[in-house]
Amino acid sequence: MRPLRSDRGRTRPATAPVALKLLVAGGFGAGKTTLVGAVSEIRPLRTEELLTEAGRPVDDTSGVEGKRTTTVAMDFGRITLREDLVLYLFGTPGQDRFWFLWDELARGALGAVVLADTRRLQDCFAAVDYFERRGIPFTLAVNCFDGAERYPEEDVRDALDLDPGVPVILCDAREKESVKGVLVSVVEQRFAELAQQAG
Amino acid sequence: MTAGLTGDGSGDGDVRWYDDAAGPVVRPYAMTRGRTRSADGAGLDLIAVVVAEDPAEHPGAAHALADQTLSPEHLDIAELTRDMPRSVAELAAGLDLPVGVVRVLVGDLLDAGLVRVTRPVPPAELPDESILREVIHGLRAL
Repeated sequence: MRPLRSDRGRTRPATAPVALKLLVAGGFGAGKTTLVGAVSEIRPLRTEELLTEAGRPVDDTSGVEGKRTTTVAMDFGRITLREDLVLYLFGTPGQDRFWFLWDELARGALGAVVLADTRRLQDCFAAVDYFERRGIPFTLAVNCFDGAERYPEEDVRDALDLDPGVPVILCDAREKESVKGVLVSVVEQRFAELAQQAG
Repeated sequence: MTAGLTGDGSGDGDVRWYDDAAGPVVRPYAMTRGRTRSADGAGLDLIAVVVAEDPAEHPGAAHALADQTLSPEHLDIAELTRDMPRSVAELAAGLDLPVGVVRVLVGDLLDAGLVRVTRPVPPAELPDESILREVIHGLRAL
């Protein structure tokens, strides 16, 4: 068991903080956990969800003797913005067959980051599609890997056929400042959405 | 996870699993006495925040503690959330339990009046402008 930080001696908080979440999606190896780790105040933690046959829409295993459980891991980090305001960042499970878990993650999310690797841009098609269909604001962040060819923002936008309103940001998922900019752009979209509704 | 794999006569008979590689000794849902959902815990979001109730103010809670129907994992959760509020995701990661198991256990604790849960803002009513402004400022100031 991993040790938990114990905060004995702290005064007991009267109220629980407001908790918000952002999702970080992208293909396997795009740098999701690195991005979470760059801004999280805790080392990214891992939660696991056990899936049994009933919860698995794709893999058909015939015969009860072959019954298995599958574990899906989700890495997440935490940013305490104020004593009473906490933002969680969840890396979504990479494999396509766990899409149904995304619905739970996406419920109530402020928005999402879709992290793209220009060497494997097709890996993020599914995530872009998912957030577009559900009207969840997202920012396309191109993780600029060392040695990967740089493409102009417009080329990435065209290749993914993104809406003009979707911000495309070149970032370095290892750099806190860079990641902050990406996260701010996600929340700003939600903010603009609200302002529009109000006006 | 490898725990559910059967290693019988499938050609890899030489493979031995030790310690962590062998998977958990106790199957996770044994801690919930086989229940995969509970009335109160089923819909708990990953970021629902769990806070321990003060047993002094909740006589029912003291009773639940006394009758010893709670598992060590229940008590772990009660203890951790007494120190500070923690999200369902943090409890699962910290106790190394699947999220589904933590939901059931938190549901039991809710039933017993040992904890309360602050549910996140419902999706239909996203946080208001002032909260979003705080989030943007807070992120910039990191």
